[in-house]
Amino acid sequence: MLDKIKDFAADFFVTGDPLIYGADVSIVLVTIAIVFVLTYFKKWGWLWREWLTTVDHKRIGIMYLIASLLMLFRGGVDALLMRTQLALPDIPFLKAEHYNEIFTTHGTIMILFMAMPMMFALFNMVVPLQIGARDVAYPFLNALSFWLFFLGAMLLNLSFVIGGSPNAGWLSYPPLSELSGSPGVGQNFYIWGIQISGIGSLATGINFLVTILKMRAPGMKLMKMPLFTWSVFSTCVTIIFAFPILTITLALLFIDRYFGAHFFTMDGGGMPMMYINLIWMWGHPEVYIVILPAFGIFSEIVATFSKKTIFGYKSMVFAMMIISILSFFTWVHHFFTMGSSADVNAFFAISTMAIAIPTGVKVFNWLFTMFRGRITIKQPMLWTLGFIPCFLIGGATGVMLAVAPADFQYHNSYFLIAHFHQVLIGGVVFGYLAGMYYWWPKLFGFKLDEKIGTWAFWLWNIGFYVCFLPQYWLGLDGMTRRVYTYSWDTGWASLNFISTIGAFLMGAGFILQVWQIVYSIRKGERDTTGDPWDGRTLEWSIPSPPAHYNFAVTPDGSHMDAWWHVKQQLKAGIKPPKQELEPIHMPKNSAVPIVMSTFWFIAGFGFTFGWNWMGISGLIGVIVCLFVRSFTYDVDYYIPVDEVKKTEAKMGRAI
Amino acid sequence: MNHHIVSPEVHEHHTQEQESMKMLGFWIFLVTDVILFGTLFATYVVLVHNTAGGPDGKELFELPGIVAETFILLTSSFTSGIAVLQMQAKKVNGMIFWLIITALLGLSFIYLEISEFVKMVHEGATISTSAFLSAFFTLVGTHGVHVSVGIGWVIALMIQLKKYGITTVTKRKITNFSLYWHFLDVVWIFLFTVVYLIGVM
Repeated sequence: MLDKIKDFAADFFVTGDPLIYGADVSIVLVTIAIVFVLTYFKKWGWLWREWLTTVDHKRIGIMYLIASLLMLFRGGVDALLMRTQLALPDIPFLKAEHYNEIFTTHGTIMILFMAMPMMFALFNMVVPLQIGARDVAYPFLNALSFWLFFLGAMLLNLSFVIGGSPNAGWLSYPPLSELSGSPGVGQNFYIWGIQISGIGSLATGINFLVTILKMRAPGMKLMKMPLFTWSVFSTCVTIIFAFPILTITLALLFIDRYFGAHFFTMDGGGMPMMYINLIWMWGHPEVYIVILPAFGIFSEIVATFSKKTIFGYKSMVFAMMIISILSFFTWVHHFFTMGSSADVNAFFAISTMAIAIPTGVKVFNWLFTMFRGRITIKQPMLWTLGFIPCFLIGGATGVMLAVAPADFQYHNSYFLIAHFHQVLIGGVVFGYLAGMYYWWPKLFGFKLDEKIGTWAFWLWNIGFYVCFLPQYWLGLDGMTRRVYTYSWDTGWASLNFISTIGAFLMGAGFILQVWQIVYSIRKGERDTTGDPWDGRTLEWSIPSPPAHYNFAVTPDGSHMDAWWHVKQQLKAGIKPPKQELEPIHMPKNSAVPIVMSTFWFIAGFGFTFGWNWMGISGLIGVIVCLFVRSFTYDVDYYIPVDEVKKTEAKMGRAI
Repeated sequence: MNHHIVSPEVHEHHTQEQESMKMLGFWIFLVTDVILFGTLFATYVVLVHNTAGGPDGKELFELPGIVAETFILLTSSFTSGIAVLQMQAKKVNGMIFWLIITALLGLSFIYLEISEFVKMVHEGATISTSAFLSAFFTLVGTHGVHVSVGIGWVIALMIQLKKYGITTVTKRKITNFSLYWHFLDVVWIFLFTVVYLIGVM
């Protein structure tokens, strides 16, 4: 019996590596610390009522933000481990198997558990406020989306210490990801972690599309919407068309692994190439899904910090919609070298290059907005300015890669690695950080410190170029991706060493940002006006942080840059008409989202290990939760006028 | 309930707004389901000839059973439509009656489908026999899972109808259910054509 338990434990827990022991210890310590603090300060009830069961979009946004910053740390540590291993030839720091696991989880986590939730954080924190709404279309579903993402992410992260991580690359190409190539549980963790959080992402896409279509303030026509809201709109449309493909692709891979089917196997008539087509039919739109909101953020910031209406509003909207459509016609450029005919390659080369046109339009519009503007350079603007050159280089190398014949040289080389990090860090990460700095005072009521932030910016920015520019040359010099070590005679040592220095500079930048947040919580400049940047859109018309009903009275959205318009009117002595307060209709909190997501987690964990009893009980739990929710009719309440008046008075607003 | 601070009319207005939003969301959900099935259809069409020496559709499919399934599902779509008509006529009991008929037809559809699957497995045509059969079982099975979910859903809705009668909320729920049910019918017609009719040709 004891031997059996020992065998099981040896199989179940990942052991034998100091890094993993370190992770074990830190997981245990952090858990103990959290439990202790919550118990000591008697915060369990508060945590449950105010956060874990909340359906308030602002709080959900904050939870997304915290989770995504944690995942940025986790994915960043993976990156630093890889760069340490590659700093010099023949370093015995990581074993090949371990290196495979780390580059897999790095990619998966950064795209799906860092970029996506940070994007959803900004959706939640900003969109309802920007369109003058009190909530999203489906607050309950919104909470469910968050918890599905969170527990999906936890499931994938658990693989590091239990059972073993996936190691077939971030998109898990078969046959490597098939049972024959990855017999362990790592690949199951990958499938279930992404599947569970993917359902949440799809629901968020639907939720925000309907929010934008149906909940805009009176008078706000579609072509009067702020550009960030437009970018969310185009992203949601792309999510709705792309994510079902991912759901099916992962499900088919799981059916292959679990039921011995032959979709993508090398035998039984399966076609691995089918998987690669399917995954990129989701995967390529996915990169536009994460970049489009960044474009929206830059548009808001450039207009605000140049004190001008955005240049070419209509062309901005048009460009974003074109990008989200074109994104579905480019997927084959990920496998130009894998045997398609010249005609097919040419079609996808041209459609890929075509995306540079609307993107170029946007960059010119930002530059023209800045032209003769009264520019102030604060944190958000700084990151926007850092983004432009970075994205130009990334875009140019992207067009180089899009030339199908030339791609035979770049394919799977470090040139490619450099390109996509250039657009994903320079575009997405810089964009979302700019957005975080921009809207932080709105959500938290204080600004993040400028001085520490500027240091962090330069460390990130310089570190970025030091890290990735050498990789273009390494790629042209023949270094391929996914190699875990190389020898001295390749001549790659010095460029790799420089690249590693750059990675650590970025890591230092991240640590400074953590310090910036900690420092600013205590000493950051308080935002008493609700409008710290002299903003243009409706979210700046209410106090910071906003009351949980957002707007005491429904704002008027009939002018472009609605809040700027009100401010101009006030300056001219024209007061907006007084509006009567009415009781405010709000959704009630619910425990179902977190409980249902926990059952999904249990189901995912069970199927990962092939324990059907556990997987099926998890699914039954999910069904029970669905029934419970379906039978709940008492889902809303009203905030009386007196309470609204009191809350507003407390925030210094007389209504 | 904390609704006493507003008049029932105001509350009804808010409820109606939300219900109409939920209808729109459900339509968009159906769009995602179309893409889901579209992906499965594409997979099936690509893999249909990859039988790896195993049986193909011509050997396996027996049209009489499939035609029966088709008629049963089409009829159930029709009866769910009658239920909606009864709802518009504000007849709860008539509604529940027709929904029970719909659910029973759905159950017999599932029964026939499962027996078809069991028969195929006994003939040695399993999901792991060939890529063609993997794609077949997954595509048809996914539709079957959708129908089963629909049956569970409509049972829950009937209990709610009994409890609350025809309200703005139950109306929306039934409308969405019937939308879903018709949608499954449309998917089945594609399945019938692409999988079975072309399969036996």
